Parts: sequence; structure tokens; C-alpha cells
Amino acid sequence: MFLIECPWCGPRDETEFAYGGEAHIERPRNPDKLSDDEWAAYLFLRTNPKGAHRERWMHAQGCRRWFNVERDTVSHVIRAVYKMGETPPTDAEDKA
Amino acid sequence: MAKARYSIFSLLRNARDYHENWPRAWRSPDPKPAYDVVIIGGGGHGLATAYYLAKEHGIANVAVIEKGWLGGGNTGRNTTIVRSNYLWDESAGIYEKSLKLWEGLTRELNFNLMFSQRGVLSLAHNQHDLRELHRRVNAIRLNGIDSDFLSPAEIKAFCPILNTSPNARYPIVGASLQRRGGVARHDAVAWGYARAADERGVDIIQNCEVTGIRREGNRVVGVETTRGYIRAGKIASAVAGHTSVVAAMVGLRLPIESHPLQALVSEPLKPVLDTVIMSNTVHVYVSQSDRGELVMGAGIEAHTSYAQRSSLHTIEDMMAAIIELIPIVSRLRLMRQWAGIVDVCPDASPILSTTPVEGFYVNGGWGTGGFKSTPGAGWCYAHTIARDRPHPLNEPFALERFTTGHLIDEHGAAGVAH
Repeated sequence: MFLIECPWCGPRDETEFAYGGEAHIERPRNPDKLSDDEWAAYLFLRTNPKGAHRERWMHAQGCRRWFNVERDTVSHVIRAVYKMGETPPTDAEDKA
Repeated sequence: MAKARYSIFSLLRNARDYHENWPRAWRSPDPKPAYDVVIIGGGGHGLATAYYLAKEHGIANVAVIEKGWLGGGNTGRNTTIVRSNYLWDESAGIYEKSLKLWEGLTRELNFNLMFSQRGVLSLAHNQHDLRELHRRVNAIRLNGIDSDFLSPAEIKAFCPILNTSPNARYPIVGASLQRRGGVARHDAVAWGYARAADERGVDIIQNCEVTGIRREGNRVVGVETTRGYIRAGKIASAVAGHTSVVAAMVGLRLPIESHPLQALVSEPLKPVLDTVIMSNTVHVYVSQSDRGELVMGAGIEAHTSYAQRSSLHTIEDMMAAIIELIPIVSRLRLMRQWAGIVDVCPDASPILSTTPVEGFYVNGGWGTGGFKSTPGAGWCYAHTIARDRPHPLNEPFALERFTTGHLIDEHGAAGVAH
């Protein structure tokens, strides 16, 4: 059980949110040209890391808006919260 | 390496000297420089695989490498339910193979697994549940697996503590019963397979974590461990929740996500429950252990995680469900709660498969149903490793199904509970 800082509503209990799985998986731009392997990769393959994980959450019992979270899957510490379409704020740190 | 058999006589002999001279059940050897097969993960699945590799395929130059202690992962964290009443033919095949092995396993391993076929009762609470239940009972019987339908009156006679009042918030309107289902002692499964595999020459290496896998071209050649490098002809992963982590060591991405699954036990009470109750609608499953505790479990957390911790809101949901079904437990206190990490595939069916990397095999994605499959999965996995191709029983559970689209959708079939 943990607190999630909704970008619009502030810190709220985890139970108010719905989980949306791994973030930054882009829908194929040319679906008619995709091979079966590429479809499988888009639909089913996931990173499932032990450690930092960028994922989507939705504030189901609040503003009902989607956003991204970077959470550690072992400690559950949330390192960053950022809106859809934004670059992860931890990108620069990770490259440094 | 033949071991003295466990029996009433060995028990009496050892009682004479206060049980202080029992021989060790398995050796703790130092790792050899090379093995034909290295199995990563010393839980039930890994140890069963090693046992069947030695017994069925004559491959005994095998190491089982475990980062903690035997059976300390999901083998020791589940709610020990065994059943084979699955909807789809593919699942019925592998889980029934497993149940058939369970039925003779205590004798075969000479280790008391306390396998108790006390029946598994799956409840229906509304018209939709009921129709689904009838369909499932019929499909299961067509596969030659026992399954009975029980009316509310029959349910009350079979399991009196259930609240079968029509005025309940979620009234019980029917149930399916697999009489051959039941529970087994989870630790004993790991220990029994370990002892039997060790007897056939398998090296069991505990407190040794695999940190990397070496490759030459597209072929695996060995594992890096905290106790040094070990060469291996073949490497087989059997690590339950950490399948994605091990697969990443050979650069494989899998259709798997890891979630926490919680269980808990109440304080002990006198025998009140001599079967296993499952309900997908109010969402809980419960049995009574030989110590008298009620053993309860429910569903996975929605988010991915590798933290083996429980969370309060899941426990609250589980308690609400159990009190709905069995009102007499409302004043019981809880003794312990814990969580295991289960890896789940999009179709809620496992992967038991060769991989695009030569000599590397995957057994994972069992979700919440891994324990019951231990003997059958080990048997099929040993076949897959030894012959480098799957047995017909696990052919449908190949990795390729996510490309071909031949998924085995057990979400609807098994419900959420396992």
C-alpha cells in the first residue's frame, strides 16, 4: 500500500487509483504492415523489471485522468510522477 | 547413494535415540565446474524437474541452483490447493497429468506429502456463475476428469459451515465439486523431490544466486553465480516470480508480468472445515490446515511488484469475503500474513517451453496456479529439456503461442482464483 501523488489532486491512497501497466509502449503507426512477431511484441512482451519501472496510473476515484509514474518494484518508492506525453524527468539523471 | 527408507520401523529406531541421529535428507555439495543441465530455482518445480530428468531420461549430471533455501519462494507461500478441473483441453491435460502423479507421489518419493483428497468446492452466486459452472462441469467430464454439480441443499450437507441462506448478500446457488482435489503439504513437496533427486545423483546447491548467463553465439554455455562460474550444457529456468529477470540475462523479453499474491492464516480452531472452498465472485479460497488454522488466499495486486509484502486493503477485501461465506469466523484473529511474487501471462496460462536461445528453457508464468502443477510441470519440463522439444502435453504452452495467437485463455475458465 502506498501514496501516489496525482499531478492534479495531490497525494492520495493507492486504492483510489487504477493501474495501467508499462508506460511508453507506442501503438504501431503502420498496423497493416506489421508481422506477427511485431504484433506479439507490441501486444504481449513486457520489460517487467526488478527495480525502476515506468508505468501508467489513472486516478479512478478522483480526477479520472491518466499519468505516468516511475516506481521501484522492490521498494515501491516513487521516483517521479509526470503527465502523459512528457519526457520522464529522470531521463537526464539516468544519462548523467 | 541409496538412502535408508522412511517407514514406521525407521521412526521407531530413531525414537530410541531421541531422533538425534536421522541422516541428512540430501547432501550440500560444492558446485562442480560443469553439468549437463543446470536448473535455476530450487522450488518444487525445479526439484521435480531434476528428479524426472534423472529418473525418466537418465540425465543425472544435474545441478539445482537456489539463491535462498529449498522451497523458500512460492513453494512455501501458496495455499497448497491441488485440483485439475480446468475448462480448456490443454489445461485439463497438463493439470490432470499432475493430479495423477500427486496420487502416487508419497509412495514414489517415500516422503509423506500429506496429500489429502478432501475435495475442492467452487461456489456459484448468481445465474451467470451457475451457467458457467454447468458448462465447466460438463466440459471437465468430457475430458474424463471427475466433476460433480451440487445444489444448495447438497452444499449445506457437504459443508455445513457455509452460509447457504437465500437472504445472504451473495447467495450460494450451486457449486461444482472435484472430489479428487484437495491439499498437500507444500514444504514436503520440495523436500521429498530434493531427497529423491539427490539419491539419483543430482547436486542441490543452496545459497547460490545466478547473476548472469554466458553465451557463445546463440547457445548458452554456463551460469555466473555468487559461488563462481559453472559450465552447463543446458540451462533451465524454474524461478516462479523472477522468470523475466532470468530471461533478461539471455536478452529475452517475455509476455510476463510479476504481481504480489497474498495469503494468511487464522489462529487455530477445532476442525470445522474438511474440504477446500473457492469462490470467484466474492473472491476468496479457504481450507483448514492440520494445525487447525484457516488458510486463506485471494487475488493478485493489480500493480507489478517484486516486494514479497502484503497490503492491508487486500486483506480487508479477503476478510469481507470470508465472513460473507462463513459467518462463524467473524471473531477469529489472524496469525500471519505474507505474499509471494507470481508471474502472470496475458492468457493466465503458463509457459513451459524451449526458447529462441539454444539450450535455454523456460518454465514460468504459472500465475496463481503453480503449486498444483508441480509434479506434472516437472515431468513435462524434464522431457522438454532432455529431448529439446516439448511433450504433447506441454506443446500448447510454448512461447510461440503469443505469435500464432493460439492463446489458452484461462482467465474466464479458472476465474481468478486458483
